[in-house]
Parts: sequence; structure tokens; C-alpha cells
Amino acid sequence: MRYVNHEAVVKKMNKRLIVNRIFKTIFFAATLFALLVLGVLFYRIISQGVGYLTPEFFQNFGSRIPEKAGIKAALIGSIWLMCVVAPVSIILGVGTAIYLEEYATKNKLNDFIRMNISNLAGVPSVVFGLLGLTIFVRALALGNSVLAAGFTMSLLILPVIIVGAQEAIRAVPQDVREASYGMGATKWQTIINIVLPSAIPGILTGAILALSRAVGETAPLVVIGIPVIVHFLPDNLLSQFTALPMQIYDWAKRPQEAFQYVSSAGILVLMIFLLIMNSIAIFIRNKFQKRY
Amino acid sequence: MLLISCVMVKGGFTVGQKHSAQKLSVQELIQKSSGKKKKKLIEKMIPIILLLIASVSVLTTFGIVGTLIVETVIFFKEVKVTEFIFGTEWFPFANTEQLFGILPLIAGTLKVTAIAVVVAVPFGIASAIFLSEYASDKSRRIIKPILEVLAGVPTIVYGFFALTFVTPLLQQFIPDLKIFNALSPGIVVGVMILPMIASLSEDAMSSVPNSIREGALAMGSTKLEVALKVVLPAALSGIMASIVLAVSRAIGETMIVSLAGGSTPKFDFNVTESIQTMTAYIVQVSSGDAGYGTTIYYSIYAVGFTLFLFTLLMNYLAHVISKKYREEY
Repeated sequence: MRYVNHEAVVKKMNKRLIVNRIFKTIFFAATLFALLVLGVLFYRIISQGVGYLTPEFFQNFGSRIPEKAGIKAALIGSIWLMCVVAPVSIILGVGTAIYLEEYATKNKLNDFIRMNISNLAGVPSVVFGLLGLTIFVRALALGNSVLAAGFTMSLLILPVIIVGAQEAIRAVPQDVREASYGMGATKWQTIINIVLPSAIPGILTGAILALSRAVGETAPLVVIGIPVIVHFLPDNLLSQFTALPMQIYDWAKRPQEAFQYVSSAGILVLMIFLLIMNSIAIFIRNKFQKRY
Repeated sequence: MLLISCVMVKGGFTVGQKHSAQKLSVQELIQKSSGKKKKKLIEKMIPIILLLIASVSVLTTFGIVGTLIVETVIFFKEVKVTEFIFGTEWFPFANTEQLFGILPLIAGTLKVTAIAVVVAVPFGIASAIFLSEYASDKSRRIIKPILEVLAGVPTIVYGFFALTFVTPLLQQFIPDLKIFNALSPGIVVGVMILPMIASLSEDAMSSVPNSIREGALAMGSTKLEVALKVVLPAALSGIMASIVLAVSRAIGETMIVSLAGGSTPKFDFNVTESIQTMTAYIVQVSSGDAGYGTTIYYSIYAVGFTLFLFTLLMNYLAHVISKKYREEY
């Protein structure tokens, strides 16, 4: 007597396995879609822009004539901007992370700070632009300067840096801290001499990734009124400037077709800028990351 | 007596020499204890300084909410609140009578967001299922960094891509499509938020314990059945939260819609014509020369405040979903 109809089971099972295989292919295709878009995007930009990447492109200032348009002011401006954003955001971010991870006890104030940081991460960048426009550009009268834009960008990426630094500090095992206390070190000595040195690769990796977001961010710069055609280089923190994404935005808006190619070239420069920053981050992560 | 004292001094001297190292350390101890006050002061000051640094982020929030409210209140002195919330026409640049009804801007934002969700959710969740349930370690190691790159592409680049590639491509299929429309930026915003949905959902699925999967497999389920009937329901709260967060990102997205969406706010459901979103309006006004102190100048704060409330609501919703419906194993 047979309790199981073997043929029926095989038939049913085969059907289910085929459905499984079909869906596997669908899921794989969906994943490929993202990669395909990325491929098309890069192909378009490289094929359009590479012809415009001449030495003159890096030596010229912005211009209304596509052939004479260059990226010098924007490139230098972006570097100036980073020189403000990097120290300000890293000091504020790491300080906050140390406080939250090492000192903060569980009370209402600290819970509020934590909740506040996660909320801040969800605020659209254009709203940060409104903050910068009101506080830094107008109230503090910094104008549309490197400093005003730098402060705005620093606040924008602050939550990202804090979260990254918190994770890096949390990854330092408790034993090392205990050992340091056992040697008679105080809390601050332990943090400065033990915790931070081993957390620094993680902190820097997160910070560089956050900074590369600041390099490509456009909306806050538009809102605080950064000019697009600038025929001089910034010489101090209060001078006017323009930045790579602003320049690209301006070119992309222009109706002449030739400017499409100029924008592609500008995007290429921006992407290379980002690529260099990300490579540094990966290099730091691989080279200095300590494993316990 | 003199001799004895001499010997004693001598003895003392030799003893001193012998134990000079020890004596020094005692001196050090004394120095240390005198420096201890300074050290104690540092130990006391550091948490206060760090707390001050940490309060910058709180101040930022207060700054944002404060400026938005203050400037919005000024705006509402000139425009009625009811007209702003319920008005279906937005003509701030009209010469005769300016109209500030925000519904057309909200409609623009929602059109783009809806299209983005339609694109991003199926592709995002399918990628997440593939990465978490089917992919080998090797292909995961290749695909995940590429998704990260996709997430790291600046939005201005996506905007350029939407305007110069996606729109002309769509125009071949939809001849009526205008140069500025909701469809093309919607699709591209979808691509932009796709990695976010994929990686957050994948995290949620990966945190479903393997024992449950193996249980289902042992009962004779195929991988698909495990994924759809076991893993997906278990990870649902995380997946929903990721979608809500992505929606919040889409609502706040600025450069893609500024470049490819146009600047004619309309209160309808047409996606082939030029639109304007809340974010794009803020950009339009601030990149033009709307004089400081005009009604148009204050209107960007009112729009910004509305935008802020929308994203705040979404983020709160995501928080509630992931906290309330999380399944603990």
C-alpha cells in the first residue's frame, strides 16, 4: 500500500521549483536594473564630457561661451569649502560622539540629544539652506561667503559624522578601557590615549564619506545665494566663491546644446573629486582598521 | 656627638644616593598630587565642553524650527493661512494679484514622490530579496558596493541625467511628453532612493534568524516560499520603515526636480506636463533675485516649513513602525 503518490509529489515539486527559478531570475534582473542605470549614467557622462577635459578647462573661469567655459573657480572654491567644512564638522561631530558614547548617562537631556540627531538626519538639505540663509548669511552678516556656506554644510553633514563616529567608538572593546583605568589613567586620558587612537580609522572613514556628500550637495548652496559666474579665486574665508555642483547646475540649465557637454565635463571633474575622496576613505579603512 | 652626627649625615647621604630613584618617584608623586587639582579640573571641564559641543546639533534643530516659524509668521501677516493651505493656485510672480495656494506645489511633490515609489519599491525589495536570500557571498560583495556608489552619486548628476537622457528617451515612447515633466524626474528620484530601500530592507531581512529559514526549508519549502512567506513577513516592519524613509528623501529631493521638473505649479494629476515641487520653488526663488523682505521672499520659508512638516511626519512614522512592529527573536 502506498501512502504517498510519488509521481504527484514530483510533479508538484517540479512546478514549485520552476516558479522558484523564475523568481530568482526576476530578482536578479531587478538587481541588475540598478547596475544598468549606473552603467548608462557613467557611459553618457564620460562619452560626452571627456572631450572637454582639456588643460584650458581647468584654467578658465566660467563663461557664457561654451568653448571658453572653465572650471577653475569652481574647483578651487570647492576645495576652499572643504577646508572649512572638514575641521568644523569633524570637531563638532567627534566631540558629540565622545560625549554620547563615553559621558552621557541615560537621562532626558541625553535622550533628547540622541533623538534630535536622528531627526536632523532626515531634514531635507534645502531646509538647511534656509537656515544658513537666515542665520549665517543675514543674521551673522557673513554674506554668501566661504564661511557661511561652510558652516551650513557642516551642520548638514553633522548627523552623518556623529553616527559614524559613535559606531567607531562603540567598536573599541570595553577591556581596553578597563586596562587603561587599571593603570591609573583617568577617564579623559583613557579617551585621548586609548579610545580615540583605535577609533580614528573608523571615524575618518565615516567623516570622509560625509564630506564627499557635502562636495556634491547643491541645494543649500543655491538657497544661500552662492553666485555661479565668478571671475576670481577666493582669497579669504569671507570672500565670495562658487563650487563644483553650483557650476554644473548653471551649465545644465543653459539651453545651448554645447553646454550639455561642458556640464558633463564638470560632472566628470566632480566625480573624480569624489572618487579620490572615497579611495582615501577605503585606503584608511583597510590600512589602519584594528581588529580586536 | 659631632662624629655621630657626621656619620649620620654621611649615612643619610649614602642612603639618599642609594635610593635616589625611589626618592625621585616620591618627588614625582608630590608633583603629581600638586598637579592633581589641574587634572581634576580637566576631568570636570571635559564633559561640560563636550556637552556644549553636543548641544550644537540641538541648537541647529532649534535654529531650523525657529527661523522657519518666525519667517512663516511674517508671511502669514500678508497672506491668509486658509488661502495658503486650501488655495489651488500658486502665482507668486503675478504682477496684479499674487496667489499663494500651496496645493499645486504639494501636488507636484506628491506626483514625483508617487512615481519614485512605484519605481523604487518593487526594484528595491526585489534586489533586497536577491541579496539576502539568493546571492552568493561573492556576488553580494560585488553588488553591494555598486549600490553604495549609486547612493553616493550627487543629486545634481541625477538631475542632469534626467534632463538630458531620461526625458528624451521617454519622449520617443510618449510623444506628448514636455521637456519639463513629472515623469522623468520621478523615475530618476526612484533610482536615487532605490539603494536606500534595497540596503535597509536587506539589513532587515538578514536579521531574520537562520533557524527560521532552515525550519521552513526542512518542511519542504522552496527558497522563494521561504523568502515570500517567512522572511518577508518577519522583516516587514524594517522594510516598511525603509520605504517611509525613502519617501521622506524623495519629498525633500531638490536638484533633480529643479532641473527636470520645470517651474509651473499645477493642481492636477497630469505627469507629462511641467510641474513644480515645494523644493524646486525654494530653489527658483533663491536663485533669482527676489528682494529681501518681499512676500515672495517670506513665501519660501512658509513652503520650507510645510516641507519640513512633511518630512518630519514621515521620519516619525518610520520610527514608530520600526519600533512598534519589530519582531524580536
